[in-house]
Amino acid sequence: MARMKFLCDADRCIECNACVTACKNEHEVPWGINRRRVVTINDGKPGERSVSMACMHCTDAPCAAVCPVNCFYTTADGVVLHSKDLCIGCGYCFYACPFGAPQYPKVGNFGSRGKMDKCTYCAGGPEADGSKEEYEKYGANRLAEGKLPLCAEMCSTKSLLAGDGEIIAQIYKERVMKRGYGSGAWGWKTAYRESIES
Amino acid sequence: MSSFGRVIRLAIGAWALLLLITAAPAPSLAQQINPTASSVNERQLLQEADRIQGRVSIPDQRSSVLMQPAGREWREFRNVVLRWIGGVAIVGMMAVLVIFYLTRGMVRLESGRSGRTIVRFDTFERFVHWMTATCFIILAISGLNITFGRPVLLPLIGFEAFSEWSQWAKYAHNYLSFPFTIGVVVIFLMWIGGNIPNKVDVAWIRRGGGIVGHDHPPAYRFNAGQKMIYWIVVIGGGLVAVTGYQLMFPFYVTGIEGMQLAQIVHSVVAVLFVATMIAHIYIGTIGMEGAFEAMGSGEVDVNWAREHHSLWLDQQMARTGPGGSQTQPANAAAE
Repeated sequence: MARMKFLCDADRCIECNACVTACKNEHEVPWGINRRRVVTINDGKPGERSVSMACMHCTDAPCAAVCPVNCFYTTADGVVLHSKDLCIGCGYCFYACPFGAPQYPKVGNFGSRGKMDKCTYCAGGPEADGSKEEYEKYGANRLAEGKLPLCAEMCSTKSLLAGDGEIIAQIYKERVMKRGYGSGAWGWKTAYRESIES
Repeated sequence: MSSFGRVIRLAIGAWALLLLITAAPAPSLAQQINPTASSVNERQLLQEADRIQGRVSIPDQRSSVLMQPAGREWREFRNVVLRWIGGVAIVGMMAVLVIFYLTRGMVRLESGRSGRTIVRFDTFERFVHWMTATCFIILAISGLNITFGRPVLLPLIGFEAFSEWSQWAKYAHNYLSFPFTIGVVVIFLMWIGGNIPNKVDVAWIRRGGGIVGHDHPPAYRFNAGQKMIYWIVVIGGGLVAVTGYQLMFPFYVTGIEGMQLAQIVHSVVAVLFVATMIAHIYIGTIGMEGAFEAMGSGEVDVNWAREHHSLWLDQQMARTGPGGSQTQPANAAAE
């Protein structure tokens, strides 16, 4: 089985935010929730870099480890998903996540959190693949249709790569070899305990 | 024409030569330029600070934090350290109390009941106590569920039932925090007068108090043990309230690192608080004869007051005279 990962080639990202828009549209993500975002570091200064970030689907995921009700599970493809039926909206996964991936719709008073929402790697949730219930809770299940996450698929500069970890790492290494530089796979050390050195 | 052509050729040659001379360093310069030389680097940024932050164009500015690996240490605390602290404190306290009860048993009223009672806590004091206590027990159970529920209760009742219960426990935890906090504030104001430590407390502690030692050191309205409980409730309750509201209202006061810290303080204080309250409940019920009445009916037997709070009884007697206490009919005193 493949081990699905995301890789953002920061030397290619032009901060067009197409990945953010594609994600919101594909999954009809409600207002106030962003499963993916583009962060620009040193904006307007020399050495500025933009990185597209969402749930990295970590190895030994911290969110799953700290969840009080154990609502997370990892699919055979290495995608970290969760059940909104089990989630109680406590916010613990948000404290543990290094990438700020978990999001909570604000429901009721006192800033109380609703069921957590995050990037599903376009792989839906525990409901039947492609079912209406799955779409309403988690959004589209492109992986079940044999497609990759839409954010990476429609990245205009092919900065954001999605797919089997070894294959996208290979693609990135070849790029770095050819152009002679690369700022590394952002977040890989934290998410997968490995880094791609050029 | 040929001379004109020669001039042109000369001019081109001279221009080309000039270009060659001035441009000579250019190729070597191009080789030195690394477009990423000045670019930000993940490892370097993480060495400089414990998180990487930038700018986002979406309205939610909190999402501008790109990476924050500190969650790992928090995870270690939440899953390992806290479970040890809480487990040792709570199970340890229970074990100590069971051993104490088996060896010492209930601390009896040595002089027996006099049949006369004296008011110890009025209706308002008892209402505040029981409101705070009821909230505390529900808050404690629902809070312990977050820490110990997954390894202890979830395997017994299954995912669906455990999530359903935890959801309601979370609501109870959030909403009952308000009456609990009010209770702690009122307790602080209501009993501060009798809870300032003084010389009597030193002697009381030296003689092992009324439950560990075998005699009855004098005490005012609150003895040193009760004063400790008071300050644990006021300080501990204050800490869990402040940190709890930080977690309940995310990003109103602090960001993620503040919430991680708030959860650490909240949970450690809470498990120690629970352990202390188990001891408090023990002494107030099966640990000491006649003690529960103080918070039950609000009136204690005069002999109980003489044994455990002699100085307070003297004060009350001086204020109201010996007739201040009520002589109860024998059947009512038996309870």
